[in-house]
Amino acid sequence: MAARKKPAATAKTVLVTGAAGSLAKRVIARLHPTYNVIAVDFRHKVDLDGGIPSYRVETHKRDFEDVFRSHKIDAIIHIGRIFAHESDRHRRYNANVLGMKKLLELAKRYGVGQIIVHSTFLVYGATAYNPALLDEDQPLKASEVTQELVDSVELESLANIFLWKHPELNITILRPCTVLGPGVRNTMSILLARPMVPVLVGFSPMMQFLHVDDMADAIKVAFEQNKPGIYNVAPDDWIAYQDAVEQSGCRRLPILSVPPAIPRMVSNLLNWNAFFPAYMIDFFKYPVVIDGKLFREAFDWRPKRNLNDIFSYYRRQKLPAG
Amino acid sequence: MNLRESLKLLSPDALKESLLSRVVTPEIDAWMARMPKPVGSFGYDPWGYNESQAKVGLGIAKLLYDHYFRVTSTGLENIPAKGRVLLIANHSGQLPMDGMMISVAVATNDHGPRVPRSMIERFFPTVPWVGNLLAAWGSVIGDPLNAVKMLDAEELLIVFPEGVRGSGKPYAKRYELQRFGHGFMHMAMTQNVPIVPVGVVGCEETMPSLLNFWPLAKLLGIPYFPIGPLMPLPARVYLNFGKPMRFTGCVTREDEVEQRVEEVKDAIRGLIDVGLKQRTQIF
Repeated sequence: MAARKKPAATAKTVLVTGAAGSLAKRVIARLHPTYNVIAVDFRHKVDLDGGIPSYRVETHKRDFEDVFRSHKIDAIIHIGRIFAHESDRHRRYNANVLGMKKLLELAKRYGVGQIIVHSTFLVYGATAYNPALLDEDQPLKASEVTQELVDSVELESLANIFLWKHPELNITILRPCTVLGPGVRNTMSILLARPMVPVLVGFSPMMQFLHVDDMADAIKVAFEQNKPGIYNVAPDDWIAYQDAVEQSGCRRLPILSVPPAIPRMVSNLLNWNAFFPAYMIDFFKYPVVIDGKLFREAFDWRPKRNLNDIFSYYRRQKLPAG
Repeated sequence: MNLRESLKLLSPDALKESLLSRVVTPEIDAWMARMPKPVGSFGYDPWGYNESQAKVGLGIAKLLYDHYFRVTSTGLENIPAKGRVLLIANHSGQLPMDGMMISVAVATNDHGPRVPRSMIERFFPTVPWVGNLLAAWGSVIGDPLNAVKMLDAEELLIVFPEGVRGSGKPYAKRYELQRFGHGFMHMAMTQNVPIVPVGVVGCEETMPSLLNFWPLAKLLGIPYFPIGPLMPLPARVYLNFGKPMRFTGCVTREDEVEQRVEEVKDAIRGLIDVGLKQRTQIF
């Protein structure tokens, strides 16, 4: 069994948060056993083979420090996050923003030499005035558009403050486009897995999608090459939202788009189980297309899976059993 | 043909097919095939341009170009067949018919057809269907970042530096150039882009407006509300494309930029005069 292999004594120790998630699992699989991996998650203690130490811990709570006390951690890959469709705004703020702050402070105190922060393209915010191919230095307008994303923006600005204040932490912030694929539990992935998906009549903004395996590769190269900074992560390919819905084998549920009060009302009525979250209304109307050129060139990384590979996973889910 | 077959021809799908084949002629297909335009795996580009939808758009616009506005285009050889370029034109006629006609001229240019990219008003993306359709046909909002990235991708941009000042002006001010924005000139200088000046004649007469009824415009959230005909009139349109102009070197002050903008305005005025002389009848 491959899991019996042991990392070298000189190998770096990497703490991965959000270990129960699809992306973190893939990152861990890529790092182990070359590196000593330590897995934490706020949901439950993840069972991992190969003797990977695993803890259930919330990053904004006191016992998170115990992980740093019992292991000499060289690098942190911070993926763990409560998504905007999960929990309420207050709890999310505590976990995401205060958790980020705690993590950064502990990293500083315990001499961690590298941090990868997994952010999101959502921080740019969907507005009608968005140009396409947003660079990393564009203003982050998400909190102007919806309060549900305030925590995402603040998490990033905290990471940014530490990025220039503490260069020894070697912080790399990754802002991927929508990540999709097996096991991914973000809003868009949950939507496309459903047989019917809401679309706003007369709107079909451009979107970008990245396979979760490609994102895991991106995190691995960002960790190994260690070039601190802020990077968009996106492929060089685009598709309109309604086409993506169709390609994923979903039926479209058209929702009247004007006046703007109507989609908000429908969202209030239909938003059981993240079916039509209010903060996504603007993302269903206006494009947030990011330019991933800087990351692709700096790390010599290209996605290996195309849009059709991504959609075929969601199409297969809708095939009748047997 | 039996009854069943003739009924089939009346089904919505068959009607759509036959209508499409009339709009997207083999000629349109041939022009589209000649355009140097990279797209992603589903035929889109980052700004929402879509090959198959652009074909339909070009087909419809070409019918208007040939039979409604009966456009005469001169100087098409001045448009480079490839590489970044800015087409700078005078704006008029309330609705962006001038942009549409320049687009057809560019897309069906025998000297080398190009995908026309018009820079449009920022309120368009908020209008259902219209925003998406305009994007699929190649338009983008006039944001500097869009322009910079498109020129980097070696695209052809159509810019009306007068903006709504030009298109929304009343008929009494026809063929008077309004104030030009300077953005295009900065772009031309920093990114080394040739400027092809374009003089548009005839679009002023498509929608003569007495005045802009601004209280209603404000209420509707649109840039202006013209008091005039409800749809564009079939005026003949004359497009004159001038020789490419290059502006290089650095400037230190904004009034030097203005001087260069004035040079372009002069070139456009000259081309408008040529068009007015070409025109023997308005309709």
